[in-house]
Amino acid sequence: MSRLIRMDQTGHTTLAEWTAQDPEAIEAAVRAFREELDRGYFAMVSTGEGKAEQVKELPVDADLVILRLPISGG
Amino acid sequence: MASEPLPELAAVHWRPRADDRRLDRSGALWTAATVAHVVPFLGAAALLVALQPLAAPVAIACLAHAWVIPELYAQRGANVVRPKPSRAAEPAERASIGLLGDLVGHAARELHGTTGLVLERGRLGTWLVGPVGALLVRPGGHRIHCWCVKVNDPELPSGDRIAHLLLALRSDEEGFATVANLAFSGAPWRVRRRIDERQRPALDAAVKAARAA
Repeated sequence: MSRLIRMDQTGHTTLAEWTAQDPEAIEAAVRAFREELDRGYFAMVSTGEGKAEQVKELPVDADLVILRLPISGG
Repeated sequence: MASEPLPELAAVHWRPRADDRRLDRSGALWTAATVAHVVPFLGAAALLVALQPLAAPVAIACLAHAWVIPELYAQRGANVVRPKPSRAAEPAERASIGLLGDLVGHAARELHGTTGLVLERGRLGTWLVGPVGALLVRPGGHRIHCWCVKVNDPELPSGDRIAHLLLALRSDEEGFATVANLAFSGAPWRVRRRIDERQRPALDAAVKAARAA
């Protein structure tokens, strides 16, 4: 089961869950993904130990997609 | 696959992208600035005593300045990882720590549990990431850079704040060092004695990892 989660004030919120065999769930996840990107979130997937990548389309085969807010110098 | 540059770089488009050479250069500039602050006061103290021994109290004031100014800079560096109380509710804190734990290995998880900092090995050196800043121990372990960097939501729980920084760091390390504001660069021992005692084992581990790199 793949998950789309958003880091937020609750710790994190699971916005969508899907499997490759469930087109409806994938469609809902893609919709949720785009909505969050429109709100200013960036989507990240881990690509190995100590590596991550920003994605602009939902990677359906990823186990976990994390939405983060922008960072800045303090 | 090469990752895309951090999108946050657009907000600091005037800054040159950080790399090994630029970090070495900024470190050398910090050292030069420290010397430029200290030497005149030391010289003035020596000159005053040589010219007029009765001026010793003024010479002592000069020595105090020579000591205090580098101390203040180092304190500024240590402040980037100074622990602050979280505004988030306890369940949110726990959830965020759980997610952060999923992102890091066992050793980093344990170190975070005791020190509040996450150790992350990178190409530029060994990082210690906290909720509102990061320390970078350069390879060899002789120099540390202290960066102010944060996610722009003060209500986020601490684990999420670290996770935001960690994911950005992992996707574009040089971009991360460009977006962050450099607060201090100098010898790790200057920062170590000013950070919270609980955090010192994390810095020791980072220096050790940087020496082994």
